[in-house]
Amino acid sequence: MPMFLDDEQAMLADTVFAFLADTAPVAHMRALRDAGDATGFAPDLWRRMSEMGFTGILIDEEDGGLGLGHVEAGIVLEGIGRNLTPSPFLSTAVGAVSALGRGTRAQRERWLPGILAGKTVGAIAIDEYARHRPHMIGLRAERSGKGFRLTGAKRFVPLGHVADLVIVAARTSGADAERDGVTLFAVEKGAAGLSAAADRLADASLSARLEFDRVELDGDAAIGEVDGGRVILDHMLGALRAGAAAELLGIGAEAAERTISYLRERKQFGRPIGSFQALQHRAAHLHVELEIARAAVLKAQQLLDEGDAEAARAVAVAKGMAGMATALAVQEGVQMHGGVGMTDEYDIGLFMKRQRVLAEMFGDTDFHADQLARHSGY
Amino acid sequence: MADAAEAADEGSAGFRADTRAWLLAHCPPEMRDPVLSEADVCWGGRNARFGSPAQKAWLEAMAARGWTVPDWPAEFGGGGLEPAQAKVLGQEMAALGCRPPLTSFGISMLGPALLEYGTEAQKREHLPRIARGEIRWCQGYSEPNAGSDLASLATRADERGDHFVVNGQKVWTSYADLADWMFCLVRTDPANKHGGITFILVDMATPGVSTRPIRLISGYSPFCETFLDDVEVPKENVVGGINRGWDVAKYLLGHEREMISGMGLRGRERSLGRTAVAMLGLDDQGRLDDPMLRARIALYELRAEAFRTMSERFLDELKTGKAHPAQPSMMKYAGTELSKQRHELEMEAGGSDALEWESLRSNGGAGARAWLRTKANSIEGGTSEVQLNIIAKRILALPEA
Repeated sequence: MPMFLDDEQAMLADTVFAFLADTAPVAHMRALRDAGDATGFAPDLWRRMSEMGFTGILIDEEDGGLGLGHVEAGIVLEGIGRNLTPSPFLSTAVGAVSALGRGTRAQRERWLPGILAGKTVGAIAIDEYARHRPHMIGLRAERSGKGFRLTGAKRFVPLGHVADLVIVAARTSGADAERDGVTLFAVEKGAAGLSAAADRLADASLSARLEFDRVELDGDAAIGEVDGGRVILDHMLGALRAGAAAELLGIGAEAAERTISYLRERKQFGRPIGSFQALQHRAAHLHVELEIARAAVLKAQQLLDEGDAEAARAVAVAKGMAGMATALAVQEGVQMHGGVGMTDEYDIGLFMKRQRVLAEMFGDTDFHADQLARHSGY
Repeated sequence: MADAAEAADEGSAGFRADTRAWLLAHCPPEMRDPVLSEADVCWGGRNARFGSPAQKAWLEAMAARGWTVPDWPAEFGGGGLEPAQAKVLGQEMAALGCRPPLTSFGISMLGPALLEYGTEAQKREHLPRIARGEIRWCQGYSEPNAGSDLASLATRADERGDHFVVNGQKVWTSYADLADWMFCLVRTDPANKHGGITFILVDMATPGVSTRPIRLISGYSPFCETFLDDVEVPKENVVGGINRGWDVAKYLLGHEREMISGMGLRGRERSLGRTAVAMLGLDDQGRLDDPMLRARIALYELRAEAFRTMSERFLDELKTGKAHPAQPSMMKYAGTELSKQRHELEMEAGGSDALEWESLRSNGGAGARAWLRTKANSIEGGTSEVQLNIIAKRILALPEA
C-alpha cells in the first residue's frame, strides 16, 4: 500500500473536514463548555455523524457498517482533533466497535445497530492508576450463578457517566500483573451497583471514575474468551492508540497552521515576526516533526488494516511520535502567539489543553518508548 | 477496480517470488553479511578495488540485469522496473540482507540529473558506465568562499571556440583522489549570480586537474581540495545549457539530500538498544542496566522508526510525482540530526572502550571515527540551518527577512 491517501480517502477527508468545520468548529466546544454542559458532547451532532456514515466506518458490512479501516477512522479523528470537537467517536466507533467486532453475533446485534444509528455511546474502562498501566488489571470478576460479579474501580473513562455501554477489562483469575486471566465485559448503563462520577478535565472534557460494587452480569456479557481477554484488549488498544494518535495529529497540525498564519500576520519592529530567522527555524523544525508523526500514524493505520504482525510496534511508534510532535506544536503555538496565546479568548491554548489529555490517554510517549525497548529486548 | 487491483497484486507476488529466487541464486553468501566498514562498500571505477572476488561477481551479476539502477531505463543500463517493482526489489534485498552491489555518486546524483537534463549522447556515453560501475564520479560544488552561499562560486570557465578553459578551486570534493570524472559547477557569467553558472563534466585525467586530500577530525580523508589550472573541457560536456547550471544543481541537490538523509539509517538498522546490552548487560528485570541511557535510547529508536516511515512515504510520493520539491530538505534535516544522535548514544553506550583511537580491540577506533564522521552529515550538502531556511520559505511560505 503506498504511503499516501488514495483518491477515495482524500475525498473522505474533504467531506469530513468540511462537515466538522461547518457543524462543530472550536466555537461548538466553547459553547458546550461555557454552558456548563454536563453530558460531554452534543447528542444531535453524534446522530448527524452517524447519518454521514462515520460511526459505521470500522463496522463490517455484514453487520451493516461500511467495512472500511483505520485509515478512514483516522481521517474522522484528525478532523475531530482539528476542531476540538467533543465526541464519543473514539471510545465508541473505534474502541467499543473493535472489541465488539470480535464478539458473538448476539453481542454485535445487541450493540452495533445503536452505534450505527448514532444513539449508543460507548466508553472504555481500562485504567486503574493515574498512569496508563494496562498490564495491571485488578478489577475482580468472580463467577456468580450463570454469570459474573464485578468489584473494583476504573478511572480516566471519558464519557463514562453517560455511556450506554462500558467495555470493562476485568480480572477473572490470577494476580493483577498476570497476562492471562483477563476478560473483557460489555456492561450496560444502569447496571445495579455501578456508579459513575464525572470530573471535568483541563480541556473541559468529562471523564468518569467508575465504581463497581458487586455488579452482576450475565455470562454472555463476556466478550471473547474468559481468561483470554488480553488478545481482544490488545486489539482494542491498538485501534484506540492509532485513533488517539490521529486525533493528536489533527490537534498538532491545526495548532501549527494557526501559529504559522500568526507569524505571517503579526508585525513587530515594522515587519512580520515570521521574517525573523529565530522563529523561522523553530517553525520549520516543528513542521518536520509533524510530518514524521504523520507518516508514522499512517503507517500504523495501514498495518492495522492489513493485519500485519508488526502493527503493534508501528502503533507504539505512532502514538509516541504523535505525542512528541504535537506537544511541541502546542507549546510553540502558545509561545509564538505571545501574550494573546495565554488568553482564553484565543483558541491556541485550548489546543494545548486537549493535547495534554490525549497524549496521556492509552499511554504517553514514555510508555510507548518503554514498550518498544521491551519488545526489542532491552 | 477490485479485479485490476487483484491482478496487480498477483503480478507483484509473482515478481516478488521471481526476484527472491534470482537473488538467492546470484547473491554470494559473503555479500549477505552486514556492511561493517568502508572496505565492504563497492564504489567501482577505472581503478576499482574489490574487497573480495564475491564483491566483483555480485556487481557483475546485478549490473548485467540492470539492477544496480533498477528504475533507470533499460536502454541506459538500468533495470527498467516500475516504481512498485523497484520497491519490491529493495524489500527483497533488505529481507535477504543483500549488500548494495554498487555505491556511487553517479547512481545517486549525476545519473538522475543526466536522465532529466542530459543530451542523448551524454546519456549514452555516461549512464551505462555508471550502471556497470566502470566510472567513479565526484562532485565539484563547494569552494573555499562558496559554502552555504553556493551560488557565489567563482571557478571560471572561459569560452575558447569548441571548449572552455577552467580555472579555480573546489573543496570538500568527496573522494576526488579516487574519482575518474567530476561533475562540476563553474562560472560562465560573472555579472549574473544564479544565471551565470554552468554544469560541466570534467575528466579527472585532463591536464591541469590535481587533488589534495583533507585530513578531518576523524583522522580520515574522504574529502579533497581540487585544483583546476587551465583545464580544457569540450563544450559537449555542458549539461542543461550554458548559464543554466543552477537548475541542474538544484535538481541534483535534492537527490544528494535524499541520500545523505539515509546515512546511518539505512534499512532496518541494528537495534542500538541491543548493541548497548552487549556492552552493558541487563538488570534483573531484563532491562538495559543503565536506566537513564535506556530511556534516551528508547526515545531515539522510537523517533528513528518514525523517521523511516517518513522516508518510505517520501519515496512513494517521489515516485508518483506527489512530493513537494522542498521535501528533500526535510528528509536531510531530520535524517542527519538523527544519525548524529545515534552516534552520540553509541559513544555513551561504549563508555571508555569507545574512546580508543588506535587499538586493535576498537578496530582502529572505528566507532569513535564514525561518530566524528557523522558530524559532517548536517554540514555537507547544505547545513541543517540552510535546510530550515528552505523549509520556512518554500513550504511554510514565511516572509523574507
